Amino acid sequence: MASYVTRRILWIIPVLVVVSLITFTLMHLAPGGPWDREKELPPSIIARIQAKYGFDKPVHEQYIDWVTDFVKGDFGPSYRYVNRTVNDMLADGLPTTVHLGLMAFVLAVALGIPLGIFAALGHNRLPDYVATGISVIGIATPSFVLAIVLVIVFAVALNWFPATSNRWVDWRTWVLPTIALAGYPIAQIARYTRSAMLEVTRKDYIRTAHSKGIRERAVVVRHMIRNALIPVLTILGPILAFLVTGSFIIENFFGVPGIGDAYVSAIGGRDYTMIMATTMLYAFSVAFFNLLVDVGYAYIDPRIRYG
Amino acid sequence: MATRQESLAPSASLIARRSSGVWRDAFGRLRKNKLAMVGAVIALGLLTLGIVGPMIAPWPYQVQDQNAIIENGYHPLKPFAQLAWDTGHFLGTDELGRDLFSRLLDGAQISMSVALVVQVVVLTIGIPIGALAGWFGGRTDNLLMRITDITYAFPDLLLIILLSIAFRETVFGKALNGLLLVFVAIGLTSWVTVARLVRGQLLSLKQMEFVEAARALGVRDRTIISRHLLPNAIGPVIVAITLGVPGAILAEATLAYIGIGVQPPRASWGSLINEGIRWMRSDTHLVLFPAIAIATALIAFTFLGDGLRDALDPKLKGKQ
Repeated sequence: MASYVTRRILWIIPVLVVVSLITFTLMHLAPGGPWDREKELPPSIIARIQAKYGFDKPVHEQYIDWVTDFVKGDFGPSYRYVNRTVNDMLADGLPTTVHLGLMAFVLAVALGIPLGIFAALGHNRLPDYVATGISVIGIATPSFVLAIVLVIVFAVALNWFPATSNRWVDWRTWVLPTIALAGYPIAQIARYTRSAMLEVTRKDYIRTAHSKGIRERAVVVRHMIRNALIPVLTILGPILAFLVTGSFIIENFFGVPGIGDAYVSAIGGRDYTMIMATTMLYAFSVAFFNLLVDVGYAYIDPRIRYG
Repeated sequence: MATRQESLAPSASLIARRSSGVWRDAFGRLRKNKLAMVGAVIALGLLTLGIVGPMIAPWPYQVQDQNAIIENGYHPLKPFAQLAWDTGHFLGTDELGRDLFSRLLDGAQISMSVALVVQVVVLTIGIPIGALAGWFGGRTDNLLMRITDITYAFPDLLLIILLSIAFRETVFGKALNGLLLVFVAIGLTSWVTVARLVRGQLLSLKQMEFVEAARALGVRDRTIISRHLLPNAIGPVIVAITLGVPGAILAEATLAYIGIGVQPPRASWGSLINEGIRWMRSDTHLVLFPAIAIATALIAFTFLGDGLRDALDPKLKGKQ
């Protein structure tokens, strides 16, 4: 187990190195930089800026410089905002993004699992069709389409919640982004839970439990749900990663002041250092959450042993 | 000997009938699946609109109907309003007087071409890589699978965005109004599933007796792969491709929404939403109709893909 975890952690390193190489190369190919202004700057000033940001060095040295700083936790200066570092921008936005992501995650688990159980218990009857219908539509609806519908209904027509969430301290601004972000994971979790429950229903130990005369409720709660949730756990990792990486559309749409919104602005403003740092952060969280789930899986299900 | 041949003959024809029957059975199951058939009809309708859309559009997508806008006090025309009917823009216009219905039809062309071309890119990358890895095994397999692992670990949308930013100012990035870059970028991030499927199929199939027989007859590796092994992987690949379509449409719409991809005055459904957001409070139709279009396309292709999967592999029904 320990060796498996070590190997998995070590595997994150080459993945991050390759991701950083690809990102660095692509950002280097991208035109423009910190000297891009409406008015063209004189060459002497451009040369000074280039020296300041280290652009006068060969590419591989720039990469090594960037990696060295990155490992030390210095993500570089923002190309867009003078006197602001990428670290500042991440420190400003990250708590909000994590807050939004966790709220959406809790909502997705709290709604998705009961929905899936509900569908499986009423298999091939009305509850199943309703729950499956909701989850299929949820899977096929992009988050920003859901966001549009939510804003039109609850902000414009009913005026219950604000349409923009740029003031993140007010809880009413949290509601719509959280629902919009949770829509897809709710559907995905419900779908997995349903099929896992159906799988479990056919097992011998469920028949044994029934034949022992255990009440239906107890069979469902103690035997079926507990076993059915094990495979559901595997998708929670990718879902957590999705909630962090997928949130930038929702943050941008509602104006949530998180790193997702900052990322979209960085794309428009060619703030390459910010783009690189965010990409690395996203890649790391995908790898990390997947690792977390795989390890957690082995603790919950004693039958699983990693070599 | 004579009796033996007699007993062989019917069984041989039985095998032949059964092998063609796999597809017929699958099609029969698909036809019974109502959701999948609805999805198939809508998907075919959208593909047709993608081809003939610009021809049946009442207006060219870039034409600005100044008169209608001036008459409406420089505001977007509301859909189904009297003025909208009178001026021939039944779904309304944007703030520049461009006909929303015609722009949606043009967007259908973009979405459907993304849907199809991305899958072509996916097949041209995924099948050879999967086939090489599965057939040669060992080191080749290891190397190729590590590549797929890394592609898998890279958040898709971010890689697409990075590729789009890096190449958007080049000739390649500007080809087809920026669409070529979108096709390739989305394709480059989506081939992994197909590669893994093909590899898995080949790994299990290459141990079979018919492969050994083909080898003994002196058939070249290439021919064995292309004639005997790949056709066996077609089923899962078709499913993966169909289920990849909504992913590609969504990726394009998302890119367009954040302002990457197809360049104005052309507009995909995603960029229509991007442009319409400013008017969302007063003129909801500018975001609502493109949103409905995207959701319809995604739901239709998802239903069709799910139905195909259930039809081709009934054991998987309800999973995933």
